[in-house]
Amino acid sequence: MTALVIAEHDNNELKVSTQNTVSAASKLDSDIHVLVAGAECNAVAEEAATCEGVTKVLYVDSKEYENFLAENIATLIKNVSDDYSAILAPATTNGKNYMPRVAALLDVAQISDISSVESEDTFQRPIYAGNCIATVQSSDAKKVITVRTTAFDAAPKGSNSAEILKLEEVNDAGISEFIKEELAKSDRPELTAAEVVISGGRGMQNGDNFSLLEGIADKLGAAIGASRAAVDSGFVPNDYQVGQTGKIVAPNLYIAVGISGAIQHLAGMKDSKVIVAINKDEDAPIFQVADYGLVADLFTALPEMESKI
Amino acid sequence: MKVLVPIKRVVDYNVKVRPKADESGVDLNNVKMAINPFCEIAVEEAVRLKEAGSATEIIAVTVGAENAQEQLRTALALGADKAILVETDLEVEPLGISKVLKAIVEKESPNLIIMGKQAIDGDNNQTGQMLAALMNYPQATFASELKIEGEKAVVTREVDGGLQTISINLPAVVTSDLRLNEPRYASLPNIMKAKQKPLEVIKSDDLGVDLNPRISTLKVSPPPEREAGIIVESVDQLVEKLKNEAKVIS
Repeated sequence: MTALVIAEHDNNELKVSTQNTVSAASKLDSDIHVLVAGAECNAVAEEAATCEGVTKVLYVDSKEYENFLAENIATLIKNVSDDYSAILAPATTNGKNYMPRVAALLDVAQISDISSVESEDTFQRPIYAGNCIATVQSSDAKKVITVRTTAFDAAPKGSNSAEILKLEEVNDAGISEFIKEELAKSDRPELTAAEVVISGGRGMQNGDNFSLLEGIADKLGAAIGASRAAVDSGFVPNDYQVGQTGKIVAPNLYIAVGISGAIQHLAGMKDSKVIVAINKDEDAPIFQVADYGLVADLFTALPEMESKI
Repeated sequence: MKVLVPIKRVVDYNVKVRPKADESGVDLNNVKMAINPFCEIAVEEAVRLKEAGSATEIIAVTVGAENAQEQLRTALALGADKAILVETDLEVEPLGISKVLKAIVEKESPNLIIMGKQAIDGDNNQTGQMLAALMNYPQATFASELKIEGEKAVVTREVDGGLQTISINLPAVVTSDLRLNEPRYASLPNIMKAKQKPLEVIKSDDLGVDLNPRISTLKVSPPPEREAGIIVESVDQLVEKLKNEAKVIS
């Protein structure tokens, strides 16, 4: 049988999370198709076709898919789902939005946020903010799965040239409408794909002080993140949030500054390779997961660190 | 406008949960239970709609064992008008819950369903989207702002890149994110009043919904332990370790 991966993209380029999902799919099936649905997204379909392991790209180009409204995308996925034994999407906000809708349309119990593939019907997934790992077995004939992207290496691009099949599928449910998007513009790497992440918490005291992180981020090519406390306090926008309900990251180096280390935050970063914690409270729980802890006032430590790296 | 708020009884968010020693499940003995934080935000939003004059009635509903009545009483104390417990001793999956909720929606005909985006126990993030699919309603997940404009709702959603605003036709399903509002505390008089509010109990069998699980949990194990490292004395030492020991910066 064949697995279908739903591509994550912005109509211009393929997101790495798609390649992580292709890699998860390759542990289930040797035959992998990728669905690229969007508007004027031909370049994305061509990019997906170069992904190692992909045998075919289904390409649907129509304006009702431009903003990935769940109502339209879910119906499309259901309509193309017949020949697939498994449908996988990255557990991004898009994937989390439309995939359960697909599952319900197919009368399948979705397996959310898998961190490992044990066999064709058995998976591991974190529950309780990652405090427990459940091994679960699905009895549904068709699997509907979202993938924790940090748990799977990205399938490399460039080596392949899979067939691209253009489909004419129009599904405008007419019950929802895109109005606007306010997306953060940044020259820094994406939080979920960065090799280095530096995050600030409540200890940063205000949004202006995040500039102390920027100098270090510039030198290390790092993305900037935040704890829920920092986002709730309005220091930085919601898309910075790392944690159970925010973004899950697993960079080579994670630097937590002024973050106490609540369970909800650890859930989003504890799979990082090397963790550094800078906090003036020596009892902060973040030190229990840090490889290197520095008990210091961040307002003196950060400028010093910036000058020394 | 009638608003339905499905809620869930979960482990209190401050509790650090561990697997049972035999890995057969999660150890929930003597653990404090509470209303799921995202559900509390959903209840609060419904109450604010009522206070603003756009909602007329708020119904809280949950699917679970008899003791889930405690969380329904919490919702009533926060401002819901009546509550429904669909009683079952099964551990029901999101797909089953959404089928039960469909039966309740067909019975109560709400114009809007507001619920939490995910429960902090299973972390599934599925039920709202599934209910919307089964009802063929539009969905606005991960909401940080909700405005009712006539027969539509305008919802701002927290997405990976920032914020997205969409308009959806009512009836619809909205799922709450953290920053939709800050829930109030129930006052003592309201807690007392909640005891008098109607709470209907329906046996899940009477709804004729298939609740048999499709997914079986083979085991629940602890995550790989992360050992605490070392405390460095200075920024100099930190930078030296990152360069020469961890080799993560050059």
